[in-house]
Amino acid sequence: MRLRNPGQTVTFTFDGKPVQGVPGEPVAAALLANGIRLMGRSFKYHRPRGVMTAGSEEPNALVTVGRGAAQDPNIRATVLEVSDGLEVFSQNAWPSLRHDALAVNDLLSPFLGAGFYYKTFMWPASFWEKLYEPVIRRAAGLGRLSGQASADCYEKAFAFCDLLVIGAGPAGLMAALTAGRAGVDVILADEDSAMGGRLLREVEDVDGRPAAAWVADVLAQLRALPNVRLMPRTTVTGAYDQGTYGALERVAAAGAPVECFWRIVAKRSVLCAGALERPIAFPDNDRPGIMLAGAVRAYVNRWGVAPGRSVTVFGNNDDAHRTARDLAAAGIKIAGLIDARPDVQVTADYPVFTGGSVTATAGRRGLSSITVAHQGGTRVIQTDCLAISGGWNPSVHLTCHMNGRPRWRDDIAAFVPTPDAIPGMAVAGACNGVFETAGCLREGAEVAAAIARDLGFTAEVTLPVAEARAYAIAPLWEIPGKGRKWVDFQNDVTTKDIALSAQENMRSVEHMKRYTTQGMAPDQGKSSNVLALAVLADLTGRGIPETGTTTFRPPFVPVGIAAMGAGGQGKGFAPTRLMTSHHATVAARAPMIEAGLWYRPSYFPLEGEVSWRQSCDREVGYARNAVGVCDVSTLGKIDVQGPDAAALLDFVYTNRMSTLKMGRVRYGLMLREDGFVMDDGTAARLGPDHFVITTTTAAAGQVMRHMEFASQVLRPDLDARVLSVTDHWAQFAVAGPRAQVLLNTVLDDQISNEDWPFMACGTVGIGGVTGRLFRISFSGETAFEIAVPARYGESLFRQLVAQARTLGGGPYGMEALNVLRIEKGLLTHAELHGRTTAFDLGLAGMVSAQKDCIGQAAASRPGLVDPARERLVGLRAVEEGRRLTAGAHLFAKDAKAVTANDQGYVTSACYSPTLDCYLGLAFLKNGPDRHGEVIRMVDHLRGVDTLAEVCHPVFFDPEGGRARG
Amino acid sequence: MARLIALGAFGDLLPLQVGDVTCTEVVRETLFSVAPYRGQQKAVSAGLKTQLGLTLPAVGRRRAAGDVICQWIGHDAWIVSAPVTLDGLAAVTDQSDGYATLEITGASVEAVLARLVPLDLRSATFKVNHTARSLLGHLPVSITRTGPQAFEVMVMRSMAASLVHDLQEAMTGVAARGSA
Amino acid sequence: MRIECPHCGERDRREFYYVGDAVALARPAPDAGPDAWDDYLHNRDNPAGDTNDLWYHEGGCGAWIVVSRNTVTHAVHRTKLAQKAAS
Ligand SMILES: [Zn+2]
Repeated sequence: MRLRNPGQTVTFTFDGKPVQGVPGEPVAAALLANGIRLMGRSFKYHRPRGVMTAGSEEPNALVTVGRGAAQDPNIRATVLEVSDGLEVFSQNAWPSLRHDALAVNDLLSPFLGAGFYYKTFMWPASFWEKLYEPVIRRAAGLGRLSGQASADCYEKAFAFCDLLVIGAGPAGLMAALTAGRAGVDVILADEDSAMGGRLLREVEDVDGRPAAAWVADVLAQLRALPNVRLMPRTTVTGAYDQGTYGALERVAAAGAPVECFWRIVAKRSVLCAGALERPIAFPDNDRPGIMLAGAVRAYVNRWGVAPGRSVTVFGNNDDAHRTARDLAAAGIKIAGLIDARPDVQVTADYPVFTGGSVTATAGRRGLSSITVAHQGGTRVIQTDCLAISGGWNPSVHLTCHMNGRPRWRDDIAAFVPTPDAIPGMAVAGACNGVFETAGCLREGAEVAAAIARDLGFTAEVTLPVAEARAYAIAPLWEIPGKGRKWVDFQNDVTTKDIALSAQENMRSVEHMKRYTTQGMAPDQGKSSNVLALAVLADLTGRGIPETGTTTFRPPFVPVGIAAMGAGGQGKGFAPTRLMTSHHATVAARAPMIEAGLWYRPSYFPLEGEVSWRQSCDREVGYARNAVGVCDVSTLGKIDVQGPDAAALLDFVYTNRMSTLKMGRVRYGLMLREDGFVMDDGTAARLGPDHFVITTTTAAAGQVMRHMEFASQVLRPDLDARVLSVTDHWAQFAVAGPRAQVLLNTVLDDQISNEDWPFMACGTVGIGGVTGRLFRISFSGETAFEIAVPARYGESLFRQLVAQARTLGGGPYGMEALNVLRIEKGLLTHAELHGRTTAFDLGLAGMVSAQKDCIGQAAASRPGLVDPARERLVGLRAVEEGRRLTAGAHLFAKDAKAVTANDQGYVTSACYSPTLDCYLGLAFLKNGPDRHGEVIRMVDHLRGVDTLAEVCHPVFFDPEGGRARG
Repeated sequence: MARLIALGAFGDLLPLQVGDVTCTEVVRETLFSVAPYRGQQKAVSAGLKTQLGLTLPAVGRRRAAGDVICQWIGHDAWIVSAPVTLDGLAAVTDQSDGYATLEITGASVEAVLARLVPLDLRSATFKVNHTARSLLGHLPVSITRTGPQAFEVMVMRSMAASLVHDLQEAMTGVAARGSA
Repeated sequence: MRIECPHCGERDRREFYYVGDAVALARPAPDAGPDAWDDYLHNRDNPAGDTNDLWYHEGGCGAWIVVSRNTVTHAVHRTKLAQKAAS
């Protein structure tokens, strides 16, 4: 029922039926205004439930928004703002909210208490996955995901400030205003759509004006300060180390990202998060229409919505009376005020029952009456809304995110924050246990002024006149008597579950939580935890401070993975690195494959080719018989310069680089300090104190980090500088018998075999551009790598490919590259996979014993030079038409293919068009001593079982004559 | 004989405008990194003064003399936009094609960068000619304030398209909020 | 978590690569023997309290940094360039 003319309205739907709402109000307010109290079904027992709170702590009124791919479950109707065309659906009910088939669970409740699942579904174990879990999952739980990819957009962002004020109620507003006026750089974040906190929900004056008018005035002042940033609809979700805070913003603009997850870094913060009301445990306290008293008042005062026509109030503290008074003043019938305290003096023109309590409620899908025990008798009061207040809990959550524990205050029967629980965070207002407006305003201003002064500003405290009133409470947790008394409404936990937990010796609050699931729902027990531990304390006779709280953990409100991972989908998942030849390669219809962050061509298909193998075999032929061109820019290139450049390389490579002549290239091996191979590559000496080294594509970042580690941490005595030049140079391999002919078509000065012998390097001119030429080979053929500054890369690639075609060759991709190097027994990270040593690879001779290098000491450990280790061999398929596969395991010819008989594994395999045979590289126990032996290769995954002959890993041109030309 | 054509780092991805923010390519013909050898920082600075008319700026700063800039780019390293000869004093490395550089400008530029860069870029703390190495999304970048509403972003050249992609997403999100 | 880089100032943890105990600064001599190398490579204390470890400002200036911090309170006491700590 609306108490005032709503003016402009919007129309949304609830379960398909149109509902009128007022812009700015939450869906829960609009539903109440339209007499809809039943908003959802509960998690476990499918009990009918209505809205209980008026904030983000709402346990009951969870709804699904939108449909299809845009469907978003478990949205709290108390924070979801109405808008035209918004589609809202109740959840956890079938076939309809009013007639829910699984409400049968409620009848079974005597069997479904705490621990039920643990005890019942233990046997037989195999039934769990197939039967129990699917059935339980269908019956229990909250909203459902659509299973479709959502097109909604999310954001994350960073913000920095001197002072973060968390919450914009009376304390927060005064904190922001005081610090803002002093010149402090302030962020004021509040989770509501409108700032003002409790002042928007109360009937009271501040500075001689209605509180809401004072709020509007303060907000105008704050907006006028350039050093103050207002962040409405933003919930601070966590407090982290070194002044970092997480915050979730619900973005209101249409077409904008749905939510933004902020990381706010603040020198200081003030928590002004207010307080949350708690319920009382009495029988059937969960019917739609039973709400927290402060929430009932909020719906009336702020949104002009009466949650009922005949309202009763039940509480144990002064604040409950305020609800009755405000509602009566708004013209709503108060059917009764029940205060559990016997000695309270009240004058009111509605029935007051001091020393009374609510002992029963009635109404199937909504409250119709309550039973009140009073002065030894009981009476039934007809009511459609019961406002309950068990007292207020300061919102201490954020102060506990770094292991802090709150302390108990008897006078307000609540936990308050322990000072300095979060470095740099102060606390002010209701979240610090101050439950009256004047005190909140004063504490907010004073705390902010002190912080401003600490930060070097001059701050003044100017306080508005406001209401100061005492808050008295007598603790009341559970009303004696039969019937289920709900504590955690979201997870369907009752006082009986807590009693069972204590009875079964789960007496620690942390055990009770896990046994009953108390506080483990998305609301994390915001309304219920203190009630639950008080009930436990009563049962165990230990008292509340001794019982303590469970651990408060971030986030304060649920944060969607979509918001936390915003920007990380699709192309945002990882950077894409593109070669200069990328566009020409894609235009040639080459399928691209990922190599680290790079994209490289798999093969270049020609018209009429139907399989990758055809293309690959042809491209291998280019290199073996004519000339092939391949973009190798993705290999890491590191420039090493300085008086001690050679010494640094001697330290990071196993072999000596200091003896390398100018204008020459040498193959090099790098170890990790534990003796295993990290990477291989080449070092080229461009000058006495100048080298450029290459790394494999995937390990470039790791090698750069390793080089910096060696230079800065292990050998700061060496004067050498390392710098990545990978992106500056576009580099192309030109391989094959006609490589030199091809190069001479693009080089300014012709080269010959005499000037450019195997492993030579130097500077060349290409159309007037200075480039570099390296005579190195990863194919076993006469081969060069030619490098030009990246701006010329695409142009050079196109010309090399065009010229190669006239010579009977062309471009080749990763597949052909792989075949060429396997035929030659050359290594990649398939072999250098982090568990192999130089010894395993047959490269022990490359580890110089004459000098110290990273990994040398550890590589000489006896276990790493044991001949029985799995060591590199070649494999040649011996059965006609049977392939070898990478990942397959090796066994003695007649052994059973079981783990105990495992002799090794295949790391690389291919069909060699050059040798017309399947080849493999493998690690085999005692491998080099077994050349000539026929062994069994089994690939359990692909179902391959075949024989192969062990051989030397260099299959083709073992003398290496072709590369030397 | 080859005839090589030079191409820009961003292809046709720039200029890009979304809302009130614009990205344009910054072209510098030459870039050389300068990493002074031990104890040579003063001598390097003097060499730069003689050859280019500017000295090495402090850590986190950029300095300009006419069109020539000298900018700190990391641990004991600077970058200059003109050739220099510093034999025996510093490792000098041609990086002319190693980076893709763009300038991003507009009223909402700080809001756009706040979506991607974990840095305090407020004008009071990060002033004109302040420069930092950081991350933009997942990309390692050098970021420099060039004006009240203008920043320059340098990224490894091979990542140019990713830089534009990430900025475009952030620009779109900020623009969709209207004036926020 | 935020770490003060001696060059760059206080930065978000995401910019750093963590390697572990700063024991790496005390690399044994090549002939120090298997026990010394075993300790250096594999054996680490796991203190509840103050610790020194090595971080690499990979998403920043590229400096290796020794970070003195407390594993219980998460306080970062001080940081310095590994280059200076080592030499
Ligand atoms: Zn740094």
